[in-house]
Amino acid sequence: MSHARLTSKQSWGGQPLAALTAANASRRDFLKVSASAGGGLLLSFALPDLVAAAAPDTETTIFNAYVRIAPDNIVTIMSKNPEIGQGIKTMLPMLIAEELDVDWSQVRIEQTLADSAIYGRQVAGGSMATPLEWDPMRKVGAAARQMLVAAAARRWKVAVSECDTVSGKVWHQASGRALSYGALAAAAAKLPVPNLDRVKLKDAKDYKIIGHSVPGVDGPKMVKGETLFGIDTVVPGMLYAVFEKCPVFGGKVVEANIDAVGKMPGVRSAFVVQGGTDLTGLMPGVAIVAESWWQAEKARQKLQVKWNEGATRAQSSDGFTRQAVAFGSKTPAASLRNDGDAAAALKSAARVVEAAYHYPFIAHATLEPMNCTARVQGGRAEIWAPTQNPEPGRQLVAKTLGLDPKNITIHMTLVGGGFGRRLMNDYMVEAAWISKAAGALVKLLWNRADDIQHDFYRPAGWHFLKGGLDQDGRLVAWQQHFVSFGDNGRFASSANLDASTFPAGRVPNLSIGYSLIPFGIPTGPLRAPGDNALAFVFQSFIDEMAHAAGEDPLQFQIDLLGNDETLAGRGEGFNTGRARAVLEKVREVSGWGKGDLPPRAGRGVAVYYSHLGYFAEVAEVAVANDGRVKINKVWAVGDIGSPVINPTAAENMAQGGILDGCGEALNQKITIENGRVVQANFDTFAPLRLTQAPPVEVHFLKTDHSPTGLGEPPLPPAIPALCNAIFAATGKRIRTLPIDPELLKT
Amino acid sequence: MQYTLHVNGRARKVDVDSDTPLLWVLRDVIDLKGTKFGCGAGLCGACTVHLDGAPARSCVTAISNVGTAAVTTIEGIGNTPIGARLQKAWLDVDVVQCGYCQPGQIMSAAALLAQTKTPSDEDINTAMNGNICRCGTYPRIREAIKQAAKADLGAAATKKGA
Repeated sequence: MSHARLTSKQSWGGQPLAALTAANASRRDFLKVSASAGGGLLLSFALPDLVAAAAPDTETTIFNAYVRIAPDNIVTIMSKNPEIGQGIKTMLPMLIAEELDVDWSQVRIEQTLADSAIYGRQVAGGSMATPLEWDPMRKVGAAARQMLVAAAARRWKVAVSECDTVSGKVWHQASGRALSYGALAAAAAKLPVPNLDRVKLKDAKDYKIIGHSVPGVDGPKMVKGETLFGIDTVVPGMLYAVFEKCPVFGGKVVEANIDAVGKMPGVRSAFVVQGGTDLTGLMPGVAIVAESWWQAEKARQKLQVKWNEGATRAQSSDGFTRQAVAFGSKTPAASLRNDGDAAAALKSAARVVEAAYHYPFIAHATLEPMNCTARVQGGRAEIWAPTQNPEPGRQLVAKTLGLDPKNITIHMTLVGGGFGRRLMNDYMVEAAWISKAAGALVKLLWNRADDIQHDFYRPAGWHFLKGGLDQDGRLVAWQQHFVSFGDNGRFASSANLDASTFPAGRVPNLSIGYSLIPFGIPTGPLRAPGDNALAFVFQSFIDEMAHAAGEDPLQFQIDLLGNDETLAGRGEGFNTGRARAVLEKVREVSGWGKGDLPPRAGRGVAVYYSHLGYFAEVAEVAVANDGRVKINKVWAVGDIGSPVINPTAAENMAQGGILDGCGEALNQKITIENGRVVQANFDTFAPLRLTQAPPVEVHFLKTDHSPTGLGEPPLPPAIPALCNAIFAATGKRIRTLPIDPELLKT
Repeated sequence: MQYTLHVNGRARKVDVDSDTPLLWVLRDVIDLKGTKFGCGAGLCGACTVHLDGAPARSCVTAISNVGTAAVTTIEGIGNTPIGARLQKAWLDVDVVQCGYCQPGQIMSAAALLAQTKTPSDEDINTAMNGNICRCGTYPRIREAIKQAAKADLGAAATKKGA
């Protein structure tokens, strides 16, 4: 079940939103209430079998709660999703607190355990928490409020309609009486649970929390260094582990000097892990368990392993490019989309533009390296993990170690950056296996080289494009051959292309085909999977066509979007009107087309729809004579529906996503040589630094659509906006990432 | 080897190998977990502490080289006026996303403000470029540093006026 959810989430581009929300909505029918041990009210969702199982024993439901109201009127709200910096630990409780009608100062927040049977989807990914939880979380709050009102009305022997709530109190206007929720909670818990489909939700104009900036709940502890991430986990009796895998993906251990390593200071044990062949599971390697992490790491420097590197040793980035270029001169192996007759239209076009685009593999490089603490003993496992996606981790551990998933407890720690890396749980199964094999509670911690060299990379890709304009400068033909990775006609993870991507549907003759290169490199979702690369290709080539047509690139896109309508595509489909509106707004706020820029400065624009959000962005750059690119500023306009739930967090997240895109475009490349990754640390694989970060001005359009997520959609258009600005500044077209300053020298 | 460290105003006796980086002594021996591990090579700044007030990357500072220097960590910086102002500014500006780099950012910023009361953008660039924030909170980091610097001017002005 959870695997299915992960799959639909990761590649959810092809799925209707309704299919995703349906799974989530199943919980609504089973809202459950009970008295908490402290005499308060406890409200939780539960699946039918749990309702039945829990009925005679209210104790079992305590830990399933979303809302707990104590007699002192402190409201504890449980946050169910992993917090990776996206602000969900603040945002989901805001939804409940708003409808419960309490003051934010009364609210305390606790992180739940990972348990999809109780909490449903617990994933930090796909920018999906907002659209999926917007209704259910508000309804939980509203239902609790309704029960508290009913309890007060009963006590006062007045009609429910005469009672209202404010700031965690029920009051009766006619008599001036008021009771705190804390005083009513125990009585409220004995009342029947309202039907969630009929609870009354607030009018948006009455919101006191939603739509108002609420600082991150963990901020005060974070600035004092008091917050605990996965790496900070301490459990009494814990040992420390390191794990060395073959630098060539899929390589196996032939032999290792584990006896010598085992005698190093502080080392408790060193052993070979046979592992398997599934790159997403437990891979072969050598584990060292020691009394301190530094001792384990030092012992590792003495480790000598003879590897059987296997077939992937023959693979390299250069080799992939040679294969891709060879494919590019041929007809695609398969078709993704065919509208009209692109080949004929190109023949009769007044103007044809041809271009080849390429982007490299890149790593996630979360600042907190992969780590996990695990105790596996007597058929049970207890795991402390910084994970974005605990449920598949539980299944992986269960399958690999032969445990019953029910006997695995997963504590979700704070996560020091996710970006999609921790949707995979390879480090979790490693920790569990090492714990079992060593017979000890261990904290496994990777070093930075492990992290950069054993990632699930954003796959590289190659696009061979031809575009045709008619005599009036209209885009009438688009032919695209996408060379990607995969086998037997199936794309590798995150290596696919959504053929509904704009301008599809707006070019009468459009064909998109693909060819696949089989490979042995692990790939996976990176923030805005697929789109972080495809936006660069589609939006840069549209910009090329605009310049070829002699049109203003922003107006060219507006003209190409055409009438306002919803085209078939991802999520709820692609709404051309929403795309047009963000473009028009960014034209206004950036002062597009107005004022002169100095020589070698320029502005570029891009618009993109992904993860239900629409973003148009303008970047302004200045390119030095030595080719160095300075981004002066980025203006961004987003439509993620309304309201924007937490404006301060939304601005921060949009700025971060845009800067992440800038970092990818300016700095980042993973190179494969002899089946292994060349880069090993932040000197060669460089996240954006402060001096590279421009100011980012963010605006949100208020539209009638329900709010949607923000982790991903700001990122994709940042890259083509930047590259298009470089073209405007220098006349040089960036068709390969990362941007090479050598090409931009005067 | 036995060492006596002076951490946040307290003497701490530890017994570790002489090449153990200060980072791991702070984190795993003294149990001060606020100082973070990011790269192990002095490239990301997550492990920044102060040695006698100067910023140092504790992941590449062997315990044997610390000597009698006063070690200040994120857990102790709030006891200084500059540290307290920075922590407040960080919260007022709502800088944090994942938060992992922020202890190091605040430590670098505190060293900057101790040297330069009203830093220019260029001063901030020089002092802060060694600290990576993967979430991209840089615009807010810059703003928070400026706000903390202004708070200092405010305090000085009030004092003068009184």
